[in-house]
Amino acid sequence: MTQPSSAQPQSLGELFTTFSRLAIQGFGGVLAFIERELVERKKWMTRAEFVEEWAIARTMPGPPALNLCIMVGARYFGWRGALVSLAGMFMFPTMLILVLAIAYAHFGNHPQVMDALRGMGAVAAGMIGATGLKLLSALKTNPLGVKVCSIIVILSFVGIALVEWRLLYVLVILGGIGYVLAFLKLKDQA
Amino acid sequence: MNDTLTLAMLWTDWFNLFKHFASISIASVGGPLVLLPEVHHFLVEQQNWLTDAQFRASIVIAQASPGPNVMFVALMGWNIGLNAGGFGWAAFSAIICMVGILMPSSLLIFVTARWVQKHQNLRAVRAFKLGLSPVVISMMIAAGWLLATANTSMKHDWPLWVVAAVTAVIVYRTKVHMLYLLAMGAVLGASGLLTM
Repeated sequence: MTQPSSAQPQSLGELFTTFSRLAIQGFGGVLAFIERELVERKKWMTRAEFVEEWAIARTMPGPPALNLCIMVGARYFGWRGALVSLAGMFMFPTMLILVLAIAYAHFGNHPQVMDALRGMGAVAAGMIGATGLKLLSALKTNPLGVKVCSIIVILSFVGIALVEWRLLYVLVILGGIGYVLAFLKLKDQA
Repeated sequence: MNDTLTLAMLWTDWFNLFKHFASISIASVGGPLVLLPEVHHFLVEQQNWLTDAQFRASIVIAQASPGPNVMFVALMGWNIGLNAGGFGWAAFSAIICMVGILMPSSLLIFVTARWVQKHQNLRAVRAFKLGLSPVVISMMIAAGWLLATANTSMKHDWPLWVVAAVTAVIVYRTKVHMLYLLAMGAVLGASGLLTM
């Protein structure tokens, strides 16, 4: 269906350093960094493959970004890959967060610190939004077709961001419609 | 953190703490942050293991520090351990909370990932991945939107909205390193330019 990606991690060590690298950069969440690192820099997955994995990571329980890391680790190195990915995601951030927790006890009420955090929060929000916008390009090859995809994207955005529908309802209803339509479409092609 | 707590935690309490996060883990489609109200209810209101200030500080610090957002759970565990008597308990408590929140969902996604990989050519599997793609992408864009606009008002916080929008354009269009953007956000914020 989609062009398979060219590169893949050569060793557990490379898996570990890759996830460590993106984890220690991931202020305000790691998702934007995962996409840039795995798709744009390492080219372990194409954007379309990333979206397909994301569909599973996002619908299963657990932090979606971590789910994706476990899936990537498992895909290349089985359970050892999954564990190494998790270790990479947590080792350095855990050390840093303790330092920050102590610093926060001292400076947390400082208005300048709060303002700086708000500024970073706004940037993190923009990064996540932009990552989603970039992934839209993967829908061009989706068997649902551009028109159906656009309708689902717009409806769910309006529902979640503007009308404030429950996320789970949007996922089940609009996701369910997408699933049925894709299922029928794939049959036609076979 | 003005009001402090001193706890006498029994082994059954530690087990209940672990069990709470394990049950959150298995229900947390979209991540544990979605179930924050439930966590607050249990830890702060029902059990009184954590002060409201500690609860909020745990989230703020986790957001501000690099790494997965789910680390807020480790900080909550850390604070409960401190309330129960010192750094040893804090470390112990942080670990059981993290194992609780990570293990069930991680095992489930691992088993799922293996199954999906093995059956990747099944029509049902392909239809799931492709059929849900538009919704989950849209949810990511909406998450960015909600993060930028939640707890803000257009009148006072429009500079934050501008920062989020400009960031989005830069990340979409260029390969500028995102750490520079985060640093710029922190500097702009600290300089007071973003508060009206």
